[in-house]
Amino acid sequence: MSNATTNAETVHRVSFLDKNSIAIPILKVLQADGTAYEGAVLPVIDEALAKKVHDTCVFTRVLDERMLGAQRQGRISFYMTCTGEEASIIGSTAALDDGDVILAQYREHAALRYRGFTTEQFMNQMFSNEKDLGKGRQMPIHYGSQALNYQTISSPLATQIPQATGVAYSLKMQKKRNIAICYFGEGAASEGDFHAGLNMAAVLSSPVIFFCRNNGYAISTPTEEQFAGNGIASRGPGYGMHTIRVDGNDMLAVLAATQQARAYALDNNAPVLIEAMTYRLGAHSSSDDPSGYRSKDEEAKWQQHDPVKRFKLWMINKGWLNEKQDADLYVKYREEVLAELKVAEKIPLPHLDDLIQDVYDKPTPILEKQLAELKTHIKKYPEAYPKSAGRI
Amino acid sequence: MAEMNMLQAINEALSSEMEADQKMMVFGEDVGHFGGVFRATSGLQEKFGRDRCFNTPLTEQGIAGFANGLASNGMTAVAEIQFADYIFPAIDQIVNESAKFRYRSGNEFDVGGLTFRTPYGGGIAGGHYHSQSPEAYFTQTPGLKVVIPRNPEQAKGLLIASIRDKNPVIFFEPKRLYRASVGEVRDGDFVIELGKAEVIRQGTDITLLGWGAQMEILENAADMAAKKGISCEVIDLRTLSPWDVDTVAASVKKTGRLLINHEAPLTGGFAGEIAATIQEECFLYLESPITRVCGLDTPYPLIHEKEYMPDALKTFEAIKASVKF
Ligand SMILES: Cc1ncc(C[n+]2csc(CCOP(=O)(O)OP(=O)(O)O)c2C)c(N)n1
Repeated sequence: MSNATTNAETVHRVSFLDKNSIAIPILKVLQADGTAYEGAVLPVIDEALAKKVHDTCVFTRVLDERMLGAQRQGRISFYMTCTGEEASIIGSTAALDDGDVILAQYREHAALRYRGFTTEQFMNQMFSNEKDLGKGRQMPIHYGSQALNYQTISSPLATQIPQATGVAYSLKMQKKRNIAICYFGEGAASEGDFHAGLNMAAVLSSPVIFFCRNNGYAISTPTEEQFAGNGIASRGPGYGMHTIRVDGNDMLAVLAATQQARAYALDNNAPVLIEAMTYRLGAHSSSDDPSGYRSKDEEAKWQQHDPVKRFKLWMINKGWLNEKQDADLYVKYREEVLAELKVAEKIPLPHLDDLIQDVYDKPTPILEKQLAELKTHIKKYPEAYPKSAGRI
Repeated sequence: MAEMNMLQAINEALSSEMEADQKMMVFGEDVGHFGGVFRATSGLQEKFGRDRCFNTPLTEQGIAGFANGLASNGMTAVAEIQFADYIFPAIDQIVNESAKFRYRSGNEFDVGGLTFRTPYGGGIAGGHYHSQSPEAYFTQTPGLKVVIPRNPEQAKGLLIASIRDKNPVIFFEPKRLYRASVGEVRDGDFVIELGKAEVIRQGTDITLLGWGAQMEILENAADMAAKKGISCEVIDLRTLSPWDVDTVAASVKKTGRLLINHEAPLTGGFAGEIAATIQEECFLYLESPITRVCGLDTPYPLIHEKEYMPDALKTFEAIKASVKF
């Protein structure tokens, strides 16, 4: 018999737990004007860390704005922004050690930037050119880097959640002082993999942070049609897991919560669930038009909670930044992104030979045969296969 | 008759069936007010209410299990899986449950009123997670029917037949044709019988067999062959499970040759099954080996999509080789 039943109080008439009985406070540190709430406990942060966080925010804003534009001009085929969710993503990554393994969903490129992914690397992936670390195999925004401990994004939702449990368990077995962090949306938290992953992490004592970006929508589906009950955080205690809910537009609240979650996960070999309450300010992706399912008023209301602006004001208050430095950074990154974009779009696409690589550790005989036949065919009809015909 | 694209035809089929059958419900990720990411279910929630057309939470496993439950208790369930690539979280519910409800209960229970609709296939620069053709995973499962239309008219008639069929059906929709394929569609409700292939072009030298979006490619290849004096008979299989052996065998006995084309990888693809059966049925009539023009044995690539595709040119080359054999 488990602890829960041996220690339980007994009653002798029917008494249900109320479905609203789980009340979850929300951690807020920064106010809209960039000053801290009275009595708020700040995270561990110095000027250098704050500047890195701010720098990542500005880069991400610029990247998102420019690449969405590039998608509209037909230069890349697809794009997804994280506009409005920068504090959730950057605030949490900034709490980690570089050896901690990140398993992201797809909207967390700011975390990868924080780790050091270069503008050139972003562009190479989006243009699917031969310098892309992922060899041009996946749609734009599916980044990954072994060197930066950032596992490559997979489109099927929530598959990374039980994987993160396994990664964390392996870190524990390898006696590394590191954890895994797993990002996902509140929509993905409906998948079976979410429940399997959390349950296994708690039962097997995996040092992993499950970080849910609750941004209000899964494509067109609002949270009311995604879950009943008190958000994603309420599930944490149900799985036997330390849990916290934070204001996802508050950089310092996210940073503070993640710093402590990391320490707890490491010291106790245990998972932690963080739910960041935020809002997807942009469309779901470049293929989506949110005007079909939500109002301009709602979006305008959330513009008031801009996480990047709130953190900037805090830095200005601290004397660590001024408006001119902030504006100059935008200019610098706009130039850099545009320059790298122009380089990346001219780099050749992966060679045809690459088609059969990495399916297995080495191509099987049948793959070799299929490639040889394909080449013979393309040589016969070079005009029909312009991407590869010139370079066989 | 009205001219429309495949999405409109699917929408019409759903709408007219919901009108006729009060027990029918349509659900899946984003299918409610938004009308689905491709807009196949547009307007249904407005017409039939939120109880009958609704968004589900984001869980294919849940959608399929829920659909099994509805159908096992007498409802008509039409579930959308947003992309066929994302049907795999539901595979246990579909393969072990939908397919075996009737068999395992000795016909005490069945989920005959269940249809899964799902967009499949490539040609849209979607890379390997938005382009797969997973039909063969399901054709190997007894108890499921697998149906794939090639144009708007077929989509409407086959979808209505699938919804009315007394067995669970997986209805794969060729997403690259959703808007690209436009044609006349009969008014009102009509059905195209499941399990029947259609000879869409008569010919004498070789039979070309395919389904879904590949039919367009086979017709183009047949046109190219015609210019070389080769007469192709073109057949749309339409239902893959159970498939129409008789129509295909009759054609091959006439032409003496068979070419099968599908977008899914060659190895383990449904073409292999067809080739083996036709070889048994028509051995003495065959004048050349049965040919397969299929996707490569790689995940569906992003950059080399054109090279990967079993396109008209590759089909044309295979036709010539077969005739010359
Ligand atoms: C298994 C699976 N089902 C469906 C999809 C299609 N899809 C892509 S993103 C998305 C919504 C995800 O919402 P959420 O997890 O809340 O993250 P957000 O986009 O809001 O950041 C859906 C349904 C998918 N990629 N994988």
